[in-house]
Amino acid sequence: MPVSQETLDEIALTREEYDLIVSRIEREPNGVELGLFGALWSEHCGYKHSKPLLRGFPTTGEAVRVQAGEENAGVVDIGGGLAVVFKIESHNHPSAVEPYQGAATGVGGIVRDILAMGARPIALLNSLRFGPLDTARNRYLFQGVVAGISGYGNCIGVPDVGGETMFAPTYSGNPLVNAMCVGLLPHGALMRAAAANPGSLFLLAGSATGRDGIHGASGLASRTFEEEREMRPTVQVGDPFLEKVLIEACLEAAASGLLDGMQDLGAAGLTSSVMECAARGGTGVEIDVALVPRREDGMTPYEVMLSESQERMLLIVKPENEDAVRRIFDRWDVPLTAIGTVTGDGVARVYDGPELAAEVNIATLVEAPQYRPGGTRPAYLDALHTAPMPPATDPGEAGRILRDLLASPNVASKRAVYRRYDHEVQTRTMVKPGAGDAAVLRLREIPKALALAVDGNGRLVWLDPYTGGAMAVAEACRNVAASGATPLAVTDCLNFGNPQKPEVYYQLDECIRGMADACRALGVPVVSGNVSLYNETQGEAVYPTPVVGAVGLLDDARNALGAAFARESDAVLLLGASPADDGALAGSEYLALEHGTVAGRPTIDLDAEARLQRLLVGLARERLLSSAHDCSDGGLAVALAESAVLGGVGFTGAGNLPEGRWDAALFGETPSRAVVSCAETDAARVEAAAREAGVPCARLGVAGGTRFTIPGLVDESLADLADAFFGGLERALNA
Amino acid sequence: MTASYGVIVFPGTWSDADWRDAIEGVLGAHTEYVFHKETDVSRFDCLVIPGGFSYGDYLRPGAIARFSPVMRALSEFAAAGGPVIGSCNGFQVLCESGLLPGALMRNASLEFRCQPQHLKVERVAAPFTSLMREGEVLAIPVSHGDGNYYADAETLTRIEANGQIAFRYCDEAGAVTLEANPNGSLDNIAGVTNEAGNVLGLMPHPERVVEEALGGTDGLRILLSIDEALHERSHSVSA
Repeated sequence: MPVSQETLDEIALTREEYDLIVSRIEREPNGVELGLFGALWSEHCGYKHSKPLLRGFPTTGEAVRVQAGEENAGVVDIGGGLAVVFKIESHNHPSAVEPYQGAATGVGGIVRDILAMGARPIALLNSLRFGPLDTARNRYLFQGVVAGISGYGNCIGVPDVGGETMFAPTYSGNPLVNAMCVGLLPHGALMRAAAANPGSLFLLAGSATGRDGIHGASGLASRTFEEEREMRPTVQVGDPFLEKVLIEACLEAAASGLLDGMQDLGAAGLTSSVMECAARGGTGVEIDVALVPRREDGMTPYEVMLSESQERMLLIVKPENEDAVRRIFDRWDVPLTAIGTVTGDGVARVYDGPELAAEVNIATLVEAPQYRPGGTRPAYLDALHTAPMPPATDPGEAGRILRDLLASPNVASKRAVYRRYDHEVQTRTMVKPGAGDAAVLRLREIPKALALAVDGNGRLVWLDPYTGGAMAVAEACRNVAASGATPLAVTDCLNFGNPQKPEVYYQLDECIRGMADACRALGVPVVSGNVSLYNETQGEAVYPTPVVGAVGLLDDARNALGAAFARESDAVLLLGASPADDGALAGSEYLALEHGTVAGRPTIDLDAEARLQRLLVGLARERLLSSAHDCSDGGLAVALAESAVLGGVGFTGAGNLPEGRWDAALFGETPSRAVVSCAETDAARVEAAAREAGVPCARLGVAGGTRFTIPGLVDESLADLADAFFGGLERALNA
Repeated sequence: MTASYGVIVFPGTWSDADWRDAIEGVLGAHTEYVFHKETDVSRFDCLVIPGGFSYGDYLRPGAIARFSPVMRALSEFAAAGGPVIGSCNGFQVLCESGLLPGALMRNASLEFRCQPQHLKVERVAAPFTSLMREGEVLAIPVSHGDGNYYADAETLTRIEANGQIAFRYCDEAGAVTLEANPNGSLDNIAGVTNEAGNVLGLMPHPERVVEEALGGTDGLRILLSIDEALHERSHSVSA
């Protein structure tokens, strides 16, 4: 019987894909089988449009123990018998539909990804994008998402140590909610999500299975959507308490040596979890859905296989170890149920009691078709690249503009967000949210520390997908380097529109190329990632927004640096070339806020970036610096002002700003720059180190006092700037 | 003889490892986790109820934990004069169990708050604050959604008169002000003891400020006070 278009639409497969399935299995699939294909061939699980492009990322490195794609996340060695695993993932569509649960379950999902590796989750970060806060809908989405992250993250005892939150009209109706989790893994504890031993059992741990989240992968995450109300049942509801006990039980089981493997249940639920384990192990599976504990009566095999009910993990255990594993889960009162076995014949058989409900070859199932449709350079690019820059404003406005920029929700302190997250539990957090460019976590086990940052700027990628992509990698790594850490590796979340549109495909292709080049230039492999396509509403794609999570290592935790000026009379220096021309204003917050325009062509010199980052790490290691802060949103003047208000220490400039446009000198966003402060007696050593590293270095002035002064342009009281910076977001929320 | 500390672990507890690291790693005393299903705590000199969301804090924070087997043993331990300290969720559990007066309601802001906090020492007494000065200001962070302390007028008068109020939220200079109150607590109350003074509950997290690397050591002073009291206790017993 030919399948109806309606059925295909429901599982988001094309007619051509259906025909491909029929030709591969040499018959029509039944309904359950079609559901399995729909899930595994979805963009979310199958990476149909992105996999060929993602191959451009460098994935190997000296410290990389497990590469991206091999497992849930790559594994990076940090010495002392320890490794880190980390990954970032999107929950954009669920959050647009139901912000609290959408964001909460995004946190839960990424935590289980890390847990599945046998690693203890030690930190969360998140990257959020919303439409402007002047509409009630956007405020509702913002409040709901922050409350959801807070509600879930706080309950599971994993500190939320950093992130970024930005606002732009393009994200109205399609917020971006990306969550990153970092886990710590003692060597030897690594779990593989592979079912390699025929005869072993599949044990399902945690929550009962309900109808929530069916078609989450194929529906919500793999196509655009307009009718949000209709989608509400596809959003899952989280139970963070169960997640917390699941973490403890799974880690105890992983450490016991009793498991063959472990896998989380995420997008496409049991289907992707079981099939991917068997595919990795080169085995087959027999699953009986009648054994799966249910939340509701009357669920069909199709629904059980595709449910995305939260807080479930899959364990693969040899029969002789089952009792011992069961004792661990009993102690934690976490339900554990045997639902099937590993077989040796490469076939997936799904039973419903005695009845065979589906029978498909696993290799066929997990081999989604791959598309490389080719892109078209969007026409808007040339217009924006050649658009004349608005003339400089009256310099008398400099102080007012600085205050406005500090108070703008994109620049202002995110205290209203991070104070709702427990960022100190597990007592590792040395540099706390808001205090530095990266969060710094000590490793109690060894005297080292990790630096963690997430970054992305959709505006820049929209203006130039290649350069913007490179800049996202550069900034995330720069943030880590500014805290004193050597960037080790990155994870990425690519938030784009519909890849079947040639302009969107071009953005994706170019952006990945730029990111990959930046990774190579900075020596950081990509160890994990996630692709979120179809971020569109009313046919309009969001800004192409890659978000990069960077992890760096400090050999000595005591070298960690914050962004705040630390002492009166410290010298303040600018590292990096700082042109004051039209080009520096490209895509800047100043242009958007003051001139209402997004234009220009951003540029980056990746070699200069690498030199700056090496210099920052070297200066921190020599303990020459009191603070370091990169120049990003709002440019040099904002970076200086932030260091001042964070430290409660003023600043007086020496009057040697770069020649050119005063507004570009103060607010231009040329990358590869950092503001550092040091003892006056060390300034000459810092300058010498910069010379040796080939990084331009300029003495900007002196920290101290209660005013913030840039001669001839800005003379503001520190208290006024602090009020703008710390109160800006709350005022925007309450306006 | 070194003192032995028991750190209670309910399902959903998450400051357990932080307390163990503070007591064992910084204070240098022996520590064991005590699982909620245990019924014998007689081997310990001091019990700690850490922060977290015991049993998910479903119903009300601490409301389910009070019925767990370990709480019966803990109540007997406290009745016999054994020192018990509960922080954050531990404070909530102690109030729900009736071991401490009053109740902890949702923060007045209706939001979770994780932030630096100053506390004024209201009462200097063994075993928790003997090493401090009255009126001294400590910096110990808070991290909770339900820390809004309430007691009825009669209870409040009684605990004031008995000197059961251990800490109040204050500003850096020690002024007890509305602005310095992170959660709407009655009279800025941050921590109270039972009438005998051997059970302390407080919302802030002393275990998070026991090393300069973490931004302060004021929390360690509570631990040192307890440790000194335990040593005196063991000396007086052996004498």
